[in-house]
Amino acid sequence: MTNVTMTVNGKSVTREVKGNTLLSDFLREDLRLTGTHVGCDTSQCGACVVHVNGEAVKSCTMFAAEADGAEVGTIEGQANADGSLNVIQQAFQDHHGLQCGFCTPGMVMSAAALLKDNPKPSEAEIRDYLEGNICRCTGYHNIVKAIMAASGQDVPAVAAE
Amino acid sequence: MPKDHGIGASPKRREDVRFLTGAGNYTDDINVHGQAYVHFLRSDLAHGKINSIDTSAAEGMPGVVKIFTGADFEGVGGLPCGWQVTDKNGEPMKEPAHPVLAQGKVRHVGDPYAAVVADTLEEARNAAEAIVADIEELDPVVDMAAALEAGATKVHDDLSDNLCYDWQFGTDTETTDAAFAKAAHVTKLELVNQRLVANPMEPRVAVGDYSRAGDEHTLYTTSQNPHVIRLLMGAFVLGIPEHKLRVVAPDVGGGFGTKIFHYAEEAFCTFAAKACNRPVKWTSTRSEAFMSDCHGRDHVTTIELALDADNNFLAVRTDTKANMGAYLSTFASSVPTWLHGTLMAGNYKTPAVQVNVKAVFTNTVPVDAYRGAGRPEATFQLERVIDKAARELGVDPIALRRQNFITQFPYATPVAVEYDTGDYEATMAKMEELMDIPGFAARRAESEKNGKLRGLGVNCFIEACGIAPSNLVGQLGARAGLYDAATVRVNATGSISVMVGAHSHGQGHETVFPQVVAEMLGIDESMIDIVHGDTSKIPFGMGTYGSRSLAVCGSAMVRATEKIINKAKKIAGHLLEASESDIELKDGQFTVAGTDKSVAWGDVTLAAYVPHNYPLEDIEPGLEETAFYDPANFTYPAGAYACEVEVDPDTGAVSIEKFVSADDFGNVVNPMIVEGQVHGGIAQGIGQALLENCAYDENGQLLSASYMDYAMPRADDLPHMANYVVDHSCQTPCTHNPLGVKGCGEAGAIGSPPTVVNAVIDALHSGGHTHVSHIDMPVSPSRVWAAINGQ
Ligand code: FES
Ligand code: FES
Repeated sequence: MTNVTMTVNGKSVTREVKGNTLLSDFLREDLRLTGTHVGCDTSQCGACVVHVNGEAVKSCTMFAAEADGAEVGTIEGQANADGSLNVIQQAFQDHHGLQCGFCTPGMVMSAAALLKDNPKPSEAEIRDYLEGNICRCTGYHNIVKAIMAASGQDVPAVAAE
Repeated sequence: MPKDHGIGASPKRREDVRFLTGAGNYTDDINVHGQAYVHFLRSDLAHGKINSIDTSAAEGMPGVVKIFTGADFEGVGGLPCGWQVTDKNGEPMKEPAHPVLAQGKVRHVGDPYAAVVADTLEEARNAAEAIVADIEELDPVVDMAAALEAGATKVHDDLSDNLCYDWQFGTDTETTDAAFAKAAHVTKLELVNQRLVANPMEPRVAVGDYSRAGDEHTLYTTSQNPHVIRLLMGAFVLGIPEHKLRVVAPDVGGGFGTKIFHYAEEAFCTFAAKACNRPVKWTSTRSEAFMSDCHGRDHVTTIELALDADNNFLAVRTDTKANMGAYLSTFASSVPTWLHGTLMAGNYKTPAVQVNVKAVFTNTVPVDAYRGAGRPEATFQLERVIDKAARELGVDPIALRRQNFITQFPYATPVAVEYDTGDYEATMAKMEELMDIPGFAARRAESEKNGKLRGLGVNCFIEACGIAPSNLVGQLGARAGLYDAATVRVNATGSISVMVGAHSHGQGHETVFPQVVAEMLGIDESMIDIVHGDTSKIPFGMGTYGSRSLAVCGSAMVRATEKIINKAKKIAGHLLEASESDIELKDGQFTVAGTDKSVAWGDVTLAAYVPHNYPLEDIEPGLEETAFYDPANFTYPAGAYACEVEVDPDTGAVSIEKFVSADDFGNVVNPMIVEGQVHGGIAQGIGQALLENCAYDENGQLLSASYMDYAMPRADDLPHMANYVVDHSCQTPCTHNPLGVKGCGEAGAIGSPPTVVNAVIDALHSGGHTHVSHIDMPVSPSRVWAAINGQ
């Protein structure tokens, strides 16, 4: 067991964990931040994406101990200070970018990382970037649309095509 | 101007806020105080005889609570099949036992034969390593044709062979043969509808809990139909009466059919929670999901189409082998029969249609319903053979379809169903308009300039949704009724909880259902909440699958709301001292017709619960009504789809350049949700057409057991926004349900695979590769390249 300390969504937390505890398990079980999901065991689905020191990371492929001292952001910390949805979250709702919601936290976290590096991505760039995020429900169409809208680009209104 | 509320509007989904902020409550998010964890030992052989399982070394290991093997389940029932198919000789299908944990033999890779319950998952896994199982390898049967050969190894020793049933349906043989005999042209095609894995992104989870105080069981599970699980597991597997068993399916991360079925892990956790006197939790890994979630499709078919000299369809005859896997899953037997054979007429007035299906046991994961369930298989055969016929005859595939369309409704098909309504010409014309068919030649020329072959594929389909009339399916062998139920509970201040049997695992019921009730009552949608997914809260409904939620459960909700309105009018009449027949309800106000005397919705609801001035001699206080709704018929959504692909002749790579769907779903309550359902269905259909394949090797080893090997569609596999239109403007309302709705959940997955394959074949022919008449799905680069090169 080792002590890890990290800042999660702006709050410092310290816990004793086993060396082999994955960051995804640490967030879900030790901190009960269950918005981070686990959809696979081969690091491919992206349901578990969080931010570690500002970078999108698949939390199922990182040990909690490796995040010692890091700034970690999860879906629970994304809303605006007043609790309203942030621009990306709001765009996902406005453009029906989610159905069952299981892939959604990872999608939102990936989208945020994309837009940080590339504030006005093209459709092709978005589709390419989402290589590591699988959604089985939406066919991605409205996810791509939501990300474009979140970046301030014009997209057709929902249900009006 | 689109409506901004009620039926036909697209309000933002209310469930989104919790999903977007990490506040969803999925089954794996539930931890019950004191819970232990189970790890299943699963067979790594396709077929084996269990000689012994020695658990002694594991028993005393740290954290171990209890170890279970098949012997622990000898006193309980096996997992039941919910549909008995009768074969062509009048014999019932063969129904092998399906124990919770394997007894005597393991029959597929992933078959669970032991389970360790421990304080932590890690301890359960460690102890599992110390269990010594002596399992003797037996020859597996993997291929369906081999499984049916005389003398083949038997999957189940107590059955005479591996044939589950040999089923024949539709037009009799003499009439069918006569139609073929007089045909001017017969087109024949052999094809495979490959095995798929549904892959909802949320893996299955089960948490069993038991309270000794009340002898009560609770199961939290990832299910599309908690009441079905309560009935099947309670009555048939564990012998727990329904009132002692609560099944909760909270937020569920996608289903697509594979979360309909009752699974061994659910029964295990429920059983073990009592045996261990501790809650027991199981969370599937994705690797486990690949070898334990029921698979889909896996049909091998020969289809023949007979045409007369004027290209009118005379007859269709099919011969299909359908893989059941090693055991019969909950609805497995119905998929290749009643959900497939009944659709073989398609959109066409073919007078003779005969369907033959042999269902086969093999040493593979059980196969059951996956999005579309039988209907994609039917559509794929029919629309591929029509396309091939058009090519052989040198006629336009659109014209050939059009010429043979059913145009009069109702229409009784030769395969037992009656289409109540439809307009196939309308969806075809809409598709042609949106696709810009006249512009195709120029687009093809442009592709050719870039060294690519461009193909246009079209497809028409019909599906039977809104499952299903209970008396009809009962005659066909269903062991369940397929009605649904809703309770509308109006509270004293006028807010409403609607408890529904349907389950939402992405479909947006929490948003859509209130639109209907709000429209009927003329009150704000925000006053209405939907309650679903907990058998202790909802009436006995059958859940969500077969695009049935709105058509069946929504109809129950309409009926219950009508009862509410009738009673509320009585109360309003009393309050207004007028006859109830003079009371009108509009915009949440009850008015005496022709006067300005009115009371508000909230006045009436308050009077119902505070009945000081109330007709107590005539009606009871309170305002709560339940309705069960059993549909009179299936619903028959239909559509015309088209796509354009580019094929790179050097690599065989296929890309979707343009895609149009023109669907007729009848009335649409929420266009945004409908379009989302179609997008998702089409993505799964394109996935089947181009990418996905659940593969076994000849030893029954599952080759595609992770996302490394099973190609899920990614964002860049699908058409871009500018070249992708999903349309539902053609609407012929269903004639027999109160909303006139047909269901939209499966259309995309049914309509798209043949569209894509037809387009690929068209592309290859344009490049002179006219020897290629078919490529099996997935139409991968290597298969296309091999086809082009005659290999
Ligand atoms: S759970 Fe991390 S990538 Fe799938
Ligand atoms: S919304 Fe269900 S997996 Fe993406």
